[in-house]
Amino acid sequence: MTTVLFYILGFIMLTATLLCITRRNPVHAVIYLVAGFFALALMFYLLGAPLAAAWQIIVYAGAIMVLFLFIIMMLGLAPQETPEGPGWRRWGPLVLLSASLMVCTVLLIMQDPAAGKEIGDFYLAPQAVGESLFGRYVLAVEMVSFQLLFATIGAYLLGRPLSKGEGQ
Amino acid sequence: MISVYHYMSVAAILFAMSTYGVLTRRNAIVIFMCIELMLNSVNLTFISLSSHLQNIDGQIFVFFVMAVAAAEAAVGLALMIAFYRNRESIDVDNINMLKW
Repeated sequence: MTTVLFYILGFIMLTATLLCITRRNPVHAVIYLVAGFFALALMFYLLGAPLAAAWQIIVYAGAIMVLFLFIIMMLGLAPQETPEGPGWRRWGPLVLLSASLMVCTVLLIMQDPAAGKEIGDFYLAPQAVGESLFGRYVLAVEMVSFQLLFATIGAYLLGRPLSKGEGQ
Repeated sequence: MISVYHYMSVAAILFAMSTYGVLTRRNAIVIFMCIELMLNSVNLTFISLSSHLQNIDGQIFVFFVMAVAAAEAAVGLALMIAFYRNRESIDVDNINMLKW
């Protein structure tokens, strides 16, 4: 059962990612990315991380992707076709590098003797994660909340209308 | 039989595909989406190793990665808007001048 689910979810996710990075229309790319994120959330659930699956759907597929869609539509980029990317000669070597890096990673992972055994039944209840976050890691959680505040201020500063005597 | 390396291979393929997207696309927002995908492949690695090692820390890290990604999305998209206001486009080929 788990095996079948893994292959279905992996296929959905990799197909959605492939479609996402090749679509010319950015709105279509966002929709495929959301589909991929849903498959990834189910994969998290399969790995016994229900809270991470919920975060994935709420934070990524919900908040961040809606923000992307909102910006794309606000800037009026939806009907615009992006021009052809640079030719093979320019990005070919880089693609070769990233592909060889991927092959090396997969080979290294497969070589590890401990990785060969089946992934065990592991279920981490949301309660345990919450207790760890607000117990042992509470300082880090506070720092991340500060970081979100700074990001909000930064986004406001970048997005505000230009005043006189500034810019240009 | 599904072992941890199946999951990690999926994560590696996902990371390589999003690297390809970052390198080939010219629309800055799509490049940004590919960076989000990279973060997600790292999240998948964290969760699969958390499950493999029967350890809670991987999921804690995923929480922090997601918080950083949310902050990054907010600032990055504000940058896109500021750039669009100046140049009327978000093609990365037009981002060639560093200027206040």
